[in-house]
Amino acid sequence: MFGTGLLQGLAVTAKNFAGSFLVRERFVTTQYPEERTKLPEAYRNFPFLVSESHDDPLGTLRCVACQICEKECPPQCIYIEKSRDKKPDANGKMQIYPAIFDIDTAVCMSCQICVEVCPFDAIKMDQVFEIAVTNRFDGLMLDKHALAKPNEYFHSIHPTEAAEVDGRLAASRRAAEEKARAAAAAKAGAKPAVPGPPPPTPGAQP
Amino acid sequence: MSLFDAAPFSAPTGPVVRAVHDDFHGDLLEVSMGPHHPSTHGVFRMNVTLDGETVVKLKPVFGYLHRNHEKIAENTSYLSSMPYTDRLDYLCSMTNNWAYALAVEKLSGQAVPDRAEYLRVILAELTRLLNHTCLAGFLLQDGGASGTPLMYAFREREKILDLFESLSGSRMMCNFQRFGGCRTDAPDGWLAAARRLVDGYGGFLDEFERLLTGNEILMARTQGIGRLSAKLAVSAGVTGPMLRATGVAYDLRKVDGYGFYPRFDFRIPLGADGDTYDRYMVRVLEMRESIKILQQALRDIPAGPVMDPKARLRGFRPKPGEAYGRIEGPKGEIGFFLISEGGPSPYRYRVRPPSLINLTILEDLCLGHSIADAVVILGSIDIVLGEVDR
Amino acid sequence: MKTTSSLLENAPVLLRDWATAFLPARARWFADSLIDIVAILAVFGLLFAFLTLAERKILGRVQNRPGPNRAGWFGLLQPFADGIKMLTKEDVVPAAADQVLHFLAPVVLLAFSILTFAVIPYGRNLVPLDLDAAVVFFFAASSSTELAVFMAGWASHNKYSLFAAMRALAQLVSYELPLLLSVVPVALATGTLSTTGIVAAQAGWKWGLVPRWLVFTPWGAAAFAVFMVSALAESNRSPFDLPEAESELIAGHLTEYSGFKYALFFMAEYFGMCALSGMAVTLFLGGWQAPLPALEFIPSYAWFAVKLLALLSGFIWIRATLPRLRIDQLTRLAWKLLVPLALVNLVTAGFWELSAGWQGAHQPLRWAVAIVLVAGPALLLGRSLGSGIGPRTYRYA
Repeated sequence: MFGTGLLQGLAVTAKNFAGSFLVRERFVTTQYPEERTKLPEAYRNFPFLVSESHDDPLGTLRCVACQICEKECPPQCIYIEKSRDKKPDANGKMQIYPAIFDIDTAVCMSCQICVEVCPFDAIKMDQVFEIAVTNRFDGLMLDKHALAKPNEYFHSIHPTEAAEVDGRLAASRRAAEEKARAAAAAKAGAKPAVPGPPPPTPGAQP
Repeated sequence: MSLFDAAPFSAPTGPVVRAVHDDFHGDLLEVSMGPHHPSTHGVFRMNVTLDGETVVKLKPVFGYLHRNHEKIAENTSYLSSMPYTDRLDYLCSMTNNWAYALAVEKLSGQAVPDRAEYLRVILAELTRLLNHTCLAGFLLQDGGASGTPLMYAFREREKILDLFESLSGSRMMCNFQRFGGCRTDAPDGWLAAARRLVDGYGGFLDEFERLLTGNEILMARTQGIGRLSAKLAVSAGVTGPMLRATGVAYDLRKVDGYGFYPRFDFRIPLGADGDTYDRYMVRVLEMRESIKILQQALRDIPAGPVMDPKARLRGFRPKPGEAYGRIEGPKGEIGFFLISEGGPSPYRYRVRPPSLINLTILEDLCLGHSIADAVVILGSIDIVLGEVDR
Repeated sequence: MKTTSSLLENAPVLLRDWATAFLPARARWFADSLIDIVAILAVFGLLFAFLTLAERKILGRVQNRPGPNRAGWFGLLQPFADGIKMLTKEDVVPAAADQVLHFLAPVVLLAFSILTFAVIPYGRNLVPLDLDAAVVFFFAASSSTELAVFMAGWASHNKYSLFAAMRALAQLVSYELPLLLSVVPVALATGTLSTTGIVAAQAGWKWGLVPRWLVFTPWGAAAFAVFMVSALAESNRSPFDLPEAESELIAGHLTEYSGFKYALFFMAEYFGMCALSGMAVTLFLGGWQAPLPALEFIPSYAWFAVKLLALLSGFIWIRATLPRLRIDQLTRLAWKLLVPLALVNLVTAGFWELSAGWQGAHQPLRWAVAIVLVAGPALLLGRSLGSGIGPRTYRYA
């Protein structure tokens, strides 16, 4: 009959109207900011720099200013200046560190390529999105003070990824130590025995 | 003559127009619709010349969203172009990524592991579902249905976007495919969540169809409007659901058989009239076929790596040559043509945007119809300006 | 009857008499009228405000979202926020426009819309103006509002607005005819054009249970349906809201209006909706009468309000669901479906009245004939309208 399609449509909307009071899946609004949606672990917004210790975030950055992320970044939003001196990193080795590390979040498109190409697991994706500022230029430029966050923070936002990174870094550290020990042992074993000082002759007195 | 005949205004699909108007005949009105307009699907302008209410000439003007994508690609590395492809057809980033990855893999001869191929099919079909759902919502929004079908469509789309977010980190700009596979593997529970979504989608489509498909007003607004003949479609290079609505059985998933599509059992729905209603219905039927493909892919996906272990992220320099990689995106054939000279960036990078090619016949479709129909016809072509303008 | 002495029922009239008691008798009718006017403006003004809110909330709930809920609890202050916004907007009048007509158009529109409220009986003794030809007055006033539509389009000095105004006028004029034709059987059946008389003619209950409202007769149901569809079109509501569609190219006749004048146009649209719904309640749904004798303790104006709100919710429900019709489709719907149906309905109503005396076994026959007379043309005309369109089957490659 002419008009049955319209009546069916009216029935569907009535069902949704009633359902919006009764069933959660027919009332899908999250009343922000009183409620917040739980974000998935993989969610990414802007990058941040990982530090080993939360007592001294700027001093224990994993970043060694290799500038690979700066080169690979598609919109070129990262600006790095290497330091002139070297500082000991978290493992005690003397490393270059970034004197300046700026990310322009007005340009960054959250593509995550910097994270993928970093050989040192030094830059990872953060999840904060409530970072609106009132200054369009300086406010959106994040320098290394704003970017440095400790590894505990990384664990809290990306537990799976952080655990995998820690495992990999620990394994590579162990492998490096093994290699160093093996190299030292090889070096010690290869050299001919250097004669030590002659044993003091009994009774010989100068 | 029946009430809902569009007969006085419809024209055969050639430039012949019957002058039908009477007393208010005067000068022809030339009106510019857009680029700021609620119904133009982005920043798009149509210069329409009207004789009363009938369209006698229509000139589409676009380029408001041109962002130099192809030129930028000539100056950055192949990997860095991947996030820009997300932003071409910004609703369907997964399929754009796949088309580009396919082109580069053809250029460099890389192999892709099985699990990655299945994952690509799953993501492409999920993208097809969300694109066609959005289109149904937008078409009805243009037809005047105060937002209700659009809100239902977006409610379901949110579920798919949540899946994309838990997989790739971002809802729309996924940047997920790489040359040689996918960036990461699906986290625990993702495949189960995808299965639940796919199993529930049929119910949503049933409810959506009850709201719309038998709706007399929708049928009156879309049947007989914007008829496209198969001959014109083929000669204009139209692809995608718009071509299949005219009756031409051309779907790259069957024709090229790229990826692992030949392993799945699905059918291609075809229209007969090529009008707006056929374009809408072909998309609805394609959604049901996509659900079938998804159920098979989610059932059969093997374990294994998702990235070719020999693939390199940095320092990627394919051998000199050229390649054209194309897939059946939700809007049509999206293809990437690359010419490499052995350097880190391509010498030429060209996108074949389905929305732009489908848009070229807009005038032929709208001639002889009233201006209210032009809005509905534009909606049924399914354009996204990011792709049209690049 | 027991209810006429109930305090709640008589409260409005008692209040009014108490307020004017100190005046001399000759001035009292004047004061009574003033109080009536103020009461109608206040009640329907507030109803308009909260109707806009209710529409947004109901539309929201249909679309799985809450609607406005930030301005006050449950968004109850939203209409006032919108009012303040409209009042503080700049009133831009094009320099080439006809200034007097541009200003007068919303005023005329609103004035005639409010005039229509004068003859609707809101309760047992609550009709502001008891005219013998109240129905004619009502439709005369509501048709005069169409003049303002054209004034708006003409005064804007914009050829697109003028064109759109003519389109809107075509729609309004086309739907006047089914609107009025569906009311003629009511006058035929009740023998009076006075709204209070029509309500009185629907008094009582058959078998003590089924009210004698006109909508419960076959011709009454058909007339009610035609009336409601025409009312949708007369108040420019979806699916007939092409003149105000935002996705249409030709700017509506309201483009050159901003700020409070724009708000006045929409107020007039909602007033039209309320007035037509109120008239539908009066003509077909028994006015202020209760549906069951046991429920008569509820005051009459409360029953009127309940029925009015039910009809308004129906308007909102239809807006939430249906897409809009094109202008040629809607005028053809009026002339080729509604007018013939309304004319046939006259015949059915005539048959119904003439066969009122049939007894016993003839009663079911009377009903059967009436139903066939109503449903038959509806099905035939519907089939001929929908002849070019219909669901299709699709093949697969």
